[in-house]
Amino acid sequence: MILKGARILVESLLLEGVDTIFAYTGGKVISIFDQLQEFEDRVRLILPRHEQGGTHAADGYARSTGRPGVVIVTSGPGATNTVTGIATAYMDSVPMVVITGQVNLDQIGSDAFQEADVVGITMPITKANFLVRDASEIAYTVKKAFHLATTGRPGPVVIDIPGDVQAQDVSFDYPDTIELRGYKPNMNGHPKQIKSVIGMLKQSRKPLIIAGGGVNLSGATEMVNRLADEKGIPVVCTLMGHGVMPKRSELLLGPIGMHGTLYGNYAVQHADLILALGVRFSDRIVGDGAGFAPKAKLVHVDIDPAEIGKSIKADLPIVGTIQSVLGDLNKADIPVDSEQWIRELVEYRSAHPLVAEDPKNPGGLAPQRLIQLAGEIFPKETIVVTDVGQNQMWAALFFGFSRGRSFLTSGGLGTMGFGLPAAIGAAVGNPDKPVLMISGDGGFQMNLQELATIRRYRLPVKMLVIDNGYLGMVRQWQELLFEKRYAGTVMDDNPDFAALAEVFGIHGRTLRDAKDAQDVLRELAECEGPMLLHAHVSPSANVLPMVPAGKPLEQVVEKI
Amino acid sequence: MREEEYTDHTISVLVNNHPGVLSKLTSLITRRGFNIESIAAGPTKDPDMFRLTIIVKGDDQSVEQIQKQLYKIVDTVKVSPIDPRNKVEREIGLIKLRATNGSRNEVLQMVNVFKGQVIDSGPGGFVVEIVGSSEKVDSFIGLFPPQQVVEVARTGIVAMNRWEKKQTR
Repeated sequence: MILKGARILVESLLLEGVDTIFAYTGGKVISIFDQLQEFEDRVRLILPRHEQGGTHAADGYARSTGRPGVVIVTSGPGATNTVTGIATAYMDSVPMVVITGQVNLDQIGSDAFQEADVVGITMPITKANFLVRDASEIAYTVKKAFHLATTGRPGPVVIDIPGDVQAQDVSFDYPDTIELRGYKPNMNGHPKQIKSVIGMLKQSRKPLIIAGGGVNLSGATEMVNRLADEKGIPVVCTLMGHGVMPKRSELLLGPIGMHGTLYGNYAVQHADLILALGVRFSDRIVGDGAGFAPKAKLVHVDIDPAEIGKSIKADLPIVGTIQSVLGDLNKADIPVDSEQWIRELVEYRSAHPLVAEDPKNPGGLAPQRLIQLAGEIFPKETIVVTDVGQNQMWAALFFGFSRGRSFLTSGGLGTMGFGLPAAIGAAVGNPDKPVLMISGDGGFQMNLQELATIRRYRLPVKMLVIDNGYLGMVRQWQELLFEKRYAGTVMDDNPDFAALAEVFGIHGRTLRDAKDAQDVLRELAECEGPMLLHAHVSPSANVLPMVPAGKPLEQVVEKI
Repeated sequence: MREEEYTDHTISVLVNNHPGVLSKLTSLITRRGFNIESIAAGPTKDPDMFRLTIIVKGDDQSVEQIQKQLYKIVDTVKVSPIDPRNKVEREIGLIKLRATNGSRNEVLQMVNVFKGQVIDSGPGGFVVEIVGSSEKVDSFIGLFPPQQVVEVARTGIVAMNRWEKKQTR
């Protein structure tokens, strides 16, 4: 069958099971869009208002559904606008396929109109990237891109296709399989090492599971749950590992690290055996590497061998999927003697609870309390998407998550502006689930043009904009380390976001008083269609406790 | 990491011969904070593959990290560390030496001592080829005062592990 390159691309995407594409058109992708038009009934095209928004939306779609997000943008500025979104996905190992138009082959390298070296630019932020020089390579490249994006450690893949290659007529034949020399992710943990873990668990009196983003990405939350429950092993998580256990489980001790709970960090520092599952031990988790988990033997399970021993030395490395390793552990009969340890942790937790108020402003609208209330009011299947900063950490600490893939946040790159567009992707991918975006006033203003996208597709995203008139996380550091010189962090003249939402055709409400919080949050949860709640919260609230960067986890600041 | 723990490590990398692979490899190594001391690349017996010999400075742990990171490049087929106690390595240096009447014999003698070859000569001097370890090329160049050495081009080191002695018996 002889087809045009653009048609081959679309047919290939259909064969990969793609039914939703986030795409912004332009000169070098017109022919692809033209082909997509013919398959309107099979592929939903979501048009964002900015390519960055489209890329974050595809990311939110992928994180919440587990299926790869697909993005199509034009050459040059279209492609460079996706860079932040691609880097965000790369840092958090999100499967994504980004297709960029490129100038014609004979113009490449000539500084042609809307030309950018996309393969060069995206090299450090993609799992793989390809410039397609002949239409006969399109089908194979698409197959390869989806395979790479979704297997092993997932990640974004870029395919750059010149305009004339899209127009080229070649024969179309979609490959059934691909053979990639050298790319063979190790799926099953080594049996000998698994035997060693079992031995170590039997010896352990203070075992602890650290659940990382890998647990969510590989859909292994149930298995972690089972291991923890049946063997009696307490669980802490990283920012990316939220949703690993039901929020009221006695065994769940919340997040660890810089913005972890006191009891989560206490558990790490006192454990004698740590099972780290899909964790990359970022500096935000580890603090001072030398003082991390000083009493514990560390078993590190990861699909990516390069993560093992990168930041923290593992006593027992296991390369493989969490599924395969936990499958083996769950089958094994392991008596773990951890009763005393669990009692110790429960007592410690009761003695050091999280405080959902701003001590500097008693009776004020504390953002922590607001998020805690939202966690009580919103249904438990809610997908929460955050922006970056204090709002993100408060959401992580106070909302309470019970399911995997229910907390979407930019963990690795810390991308402000992620929240709103990623919530769009989550809503597109999960029409049956409520989506709540929690953003700060700063991050919200980085991509608020996407309100138009919410309106256009009538996506029922609930938006909680927490406005404290500051870039709060940086302000918090300024209080701690820069003698309260608030250089560049004051935003006390923010617009009326509720009125702004109305301009975009979205219902908006304003909240100023703590006593109205419950009612307004209920309205937010129960209203049909999208709604934005602009909450003027106590401006002095901080994310506490916190461990300053590079300090051991015991050196906690409890008050600023 | 202390400076004195740093040593040279030789890593042999087999990659698919695709456009841009070399720059992916080198940029990954530098991006992760390592300095490349030497790099040499060429095709293998399989024309679809390239072999690179990379020498990086670092401690043992960080060099292990480089090897793992190199596998992240999808086109990487095999990364093999070269055992420093059991390796063969060669580098070619082309050295353009100024040598006029008085000093020509002296230069030729040195070339002989180093088992080098004169591959070009002219009234102003010679172009000499020296093959061997990097140290050998270094010490040959070091024999001459800087103003006598007009130009130097070196290939970088290529290296392999030796045959295991057990197998060859």
